[in-house]
Amino acid sequence: MKRYSWFNVTSLAAGFAFLYLPILILIIYSFNENRLVTIWAGFSTKWYVELFQNELFLDAAWVTLQVAVISSTVATVLGVMAAYVLIRAGRFWGQTLFSGLIYAPLVMPEIITGLSLLLLFIGIGLDRGITTIVLAHTTFSMCFVSVVVSSRLVLFDRSLEEAALDLGCTHWQAFQLVTLPNILPAIISGWLLAFTLSLDDLVIASFSAGPGATTLPIRIWSSVRLGVSPEINALSTILIGFVTFGIILASLISKWKSLSNSTDL
Amino acid sequence: MPADDIDPWDDPTAKPLIRFDRVTKRFGEFTAINNLSLNIFETEFFALLGPSGCGKTTLMRMLAGFESPTEGHIFLSGQDLAPIPPNKRMVNMMFQSYALFPHLTIYDNIAFGLRRQKTPKAELAERVDEMLNLTRLEKFAHRKPDQISGGQRQRVALARSLAKKPKLLLLDEPLGALDKKLRQETQFELMDIQEKTGTTFVIVTHDQEEAMTVASRVAVMDEGQLVQVSTPDVIYEMPNSVYVADFIGDVNLIEGKAKKVEDGIDLNWAENQPTLHCKTNKSVSNGQICHLAIRPEKITIQSDTPETKNKVQGTILDIAYLGNISTYHVQLSSGHVIKAQTSNTRRIARRSFTWEDTVWLSWTETAGIVLDK
Ligand SMILES: Nc1ncnc2c1ncn2[C@@H]1O[C@H](COP(=O)(O)OP(=O)(O)OP(=O)(O)O)[C@@H](O)[C@H]1O
Ligand SMILES: [Mg+2]
Repeated sequence: MKRYSWFNVTSLAAGFAFLYLPILILIIYSFNENRLVTIWAGFSTKWYVELFQNELFLDAAWVTLQVAVISSTVATVLGVMAAYVLIRAGRFWGQTLFSGLIYAPLVMPEIITGLSLLLLFIGIGLDRGITTIVLAHTTFSMCFVSVVVSSRLVLFDRSLEEAALDLGCTHWQAFQLVTLPNILPAIISGWLLAFTLSLDDLVIASFSAGPGATTLPIRIWSSVRLGVSPEINALSTILIGFVTFGIILASLISKWKSLSNSTDL
Repeated sequence: MPADDIDPWDDPTAKPLIRFDRVTKRFGEFTAINNLSLNIFETEFFALLGPSGCGKTTLMRMLAGFESPTEGHIFLSGQDLAPIPPNKRMVNMMFQSYALFPHLTIYDNIAFGLRRQKTPKAELAERVDEMLNLTRLEKFAHRKPDQISGGQRQRVALARSLAKKPKLLLLDEPLGALDKKLRQETQFELMDIQEKTGTTFVIVTHDQEEAMTVASRVAVMDEGQLVQVSTPDVIYEMPNSVYVADFIGDVNLIEGKAKKVEDGIDLNWAENQPTLHCKTNKSVSNGQICHLAIRPEKITIQSDTPETKNKVQGTILDIAYLGNISTYHVQLSSGHVIKAQTSNTRRIARRSFTWEDTVWLSWTETAGIVLDK
């Protein structure tokens, strides 16, 4: 059979068009001279220049970045700990329930997570701002980190840790010197995943954001309701760049991980 | 034998290095080790042998500290091991899977244990070099474990477990993954290392030939218990039960009714067949069901009627040619199949017997052993 048959090429093209045509159009129009989004008037980068002079967007971008870095870091620490306990502690009472509870947010509708967090924050009287967004993002991205890390931990030969203990390590040293270096790629890709999830989250952030702090997706969403401006296109293009970079990096790291997997015994 | 040449296990005053005192290990309902007592002495090369799942690994893991006994105590040099965590025991284990650290070089793998005990730099380098030397790994010091062969990895695992000069080294099926030639080489290497370093070795193996080659004593286990603990030659020549005789090497087991006679036992084993005689001072009650265990290599095969008392006639059913030896399966008129072995001193073309030949099998009165359990 020919690999490049008429049928194959067409279905591939159709599939990719379906996925990426909207994004491509957005990117192209971000370089549009015209204020009217749908009418092409020549190439220009002026919307990017304007974007970088817009205080509102810059503030929101700064908040988003802070939230993403802090929440993904905290989520990684918690996620690694949860994964380690679930995989390593052996059977303990309530283990199934516990692991179910950790993975439940994966399938929980975001709107419910957001709403329940909102109720919690109001209930304990926490003013909504950066802190609450960080807490909310940590909560929902931790389970993603935990899934990524535990899938690596399952493959990690337990006798390596026993060997470390046997050679004089304490439990903490064994984790630090043997387990950690070996699951590091999974931890990094978990972090990147949490980072990108936090970067583009709208639903949960809208529930937990307050007047003091607004994230970029919220800002975009609210300004789009007043009509799409080319500035938004420029901003989205930058965001797409960020996310693409993150995803490529994460997949490169996991490829490196699986490569070193296949060569170790 | 002069008194100071006596083996420690025969010397009631000798202090054992390891003492298992009525140790039981249960996993939930399942009893993996059942009320086991055992002494292992300094500089012994002690082999644990037994079928899969009989508890060998569990025994080792209790010594290393990864499992603790449900009942009973384990002593190392007289000290109860129970409260001592694995990283504080003078015991190192070489894992069946080698468990080399994939992110470290061979050098760093070997140095790992020494670094944990804060060995001074110069001393550490010297010790690691010594280990690399011993295991002939100098050339690979700066490679990662995935860049060397299986046999080399096995030697790294050995070097790593030896580096800290443990009092006791546990080897869990250490040579399982090696081909026969490399395995034999390594067995001799192990014995050599053991002689040079004076470490006490406990080795688990599935390969009884290996146990016979390396061990000072062999323990045969079954279902969490020790069936026999003895030197390899005693285990082979004087097994204490049908189980051990059958487990170690090839054996013919002939069941019959025993009758005590003046210098031994007569075994009445089949209708219309002469009784078999075995010289022994074992006491049995008349009519007790016993087994005569006799190794194939102790049976002579010939075409003329032999002079000895123990002889049976049959036809050759099968011949297994193993190069250096041949095993003949001979079927008797009673239906029993007896295995007899001869060494092939002649080329195959000139072999004296072939299929369907009628032959005589015979053995001396001391060749076999009567087992009553
Ligand atoms: N953690 C555990 N939980 C439950 N049962 C266990 C555990 N570890 C071992 N066992 C059981 O204890 C018995 C002895 O196991 P062990 O690993 O000591 O066998 P072994 O003699 O080393 O066998 P093999 O020769 O196959 O390695 C087995 O029946 C095994 O199923
Ligand atoms: Mg085992």
